[in-house]
Amino acid sequence: METIASVLTSTNWSPYAAGIGIGVLSWFSFLISGKPIATSTSFAQTSGMIESMISGEKAKQRPYYKKIKLRINWQWMLVVGVVAGSFLSAIISGDFQVGVWVPSLWASAFGEGALLRVLVALAGGIILGFGARFADGCTSGHGISGTMQLAVSSWISAIFFFIGGILTAHIIYYFIA
Amino acid sequence: MEQKNKVAETSKDEKNLVAKEDKRPLFFGLGFGILFGFLLHKGGVTNYNVIVGQLLLNDFTVLKIMLSAVVTGMIGIYFMKSLGWIELSLKSGSFGMNVIGGLIFGVGFAVLGYCPGTIAGAIGNGYLDAVTGGLAGILLGTWIFAIMYPGLKDGILKKGDLGSITIPRLLKVNDWGVIIPVAGLIILLLFWIERAGF
Repeated sequence: METIASVLTSTNWSPYAAGIGIGVLSWFSFLISGKPIATSTSFAQTSGMIESMISGEKAKQRPYYKKIKLRINWQWMLVVGVVAGSFLSAIISGDFQVGVWVPSLWASAFGEGALLRVLVALAGGIILGFGARFADGCTSGHGISGTMQLAVSSWISAIFFFIGGILTAHIIYYFIA
Repeated sequence: MEQKNKVAETSKDEKNLVAKEDKRPLFFGLGFGILFGFLLHKGGVTNYNVIVGQLLLNDFTVLKIMLSAVVTGMIGIYFMKSLGWIELSLKSGSFGMNVIGGLIFGVGFAVLGYCPGTIAGAIGNGYLDAVTGGLAGILLGTWIFAIMYPGLKDGILKKGDLGSITIPRLLKVNDWGVIIPVAGLIILLLFWIERAGF
């Protein structure tokens, strides 16, 4: 018999259950906090905080960091929460990964080398972080929260996220590999 | 002397202000994040294979989650908006920002195999490529953007300004005149994806 406990400890839910859950979560995020769920600005704030720890005032004077404000706020804590929530779900469902450097799909095409995967992840992260700030949003801020508000900027962004992503993934796996 | 006292007083006031600053939003942010991360992991999208599987069009989990979140969220949010309970929070944009930025993001999405939200989830899930190269890369990428921002903000980022507008406002129709067909089309698309066996 399915109990609440067995639902919480199952590894995978139907994607529709997870998606509807995220939709309901965003109702409450608007109602309680007056904000949409979004994540990528927090990474930019973090990079600014790191720069200001190293070089002080210079970072705080950058127009972009002045615009987004280098402080720990609601959204920054939300990203911390995502790490914690995913950890919690992974632990209780026995899916926490130990010592996994190379995802199996990557390994099937490019081998088990951890260094190559980490360097490619670094390069991908740089492009992703830059693009997220260029577009002023990511898969959560534009792709989920913006599109559900029917924002024109978010629908355009989300469509081009997938155009860029689908083309690049095909190049990586069908031309380079 | 008087001046000095005044300065001391204002800095004391500022300190009080900081101390009194409402910390509750931070706890709510953390709470929403925990639930969001929990759902991302349960949905399977803290995993590189699932995300890149979507971009290779072999696995439609990412799209199923996003589209069902969008339909659910859209109906509830516009319902609450019509009751005056909430206000929308729209991002302004431009073709330069959203088309070019979107394409750059997409390239990074495929190379990294995570996005900013799901990489936080992947870190919680223990994936070490996310913890090391992926996280360092995103931080570096946002920093490079911050350095380049003064040169971009009045140029490419302003090209083809869209403002912060919704599709119903753009088409000058009632909100529900867009919500109902969009929800219908998304549900049809999801049925079609299921029937095609994905």
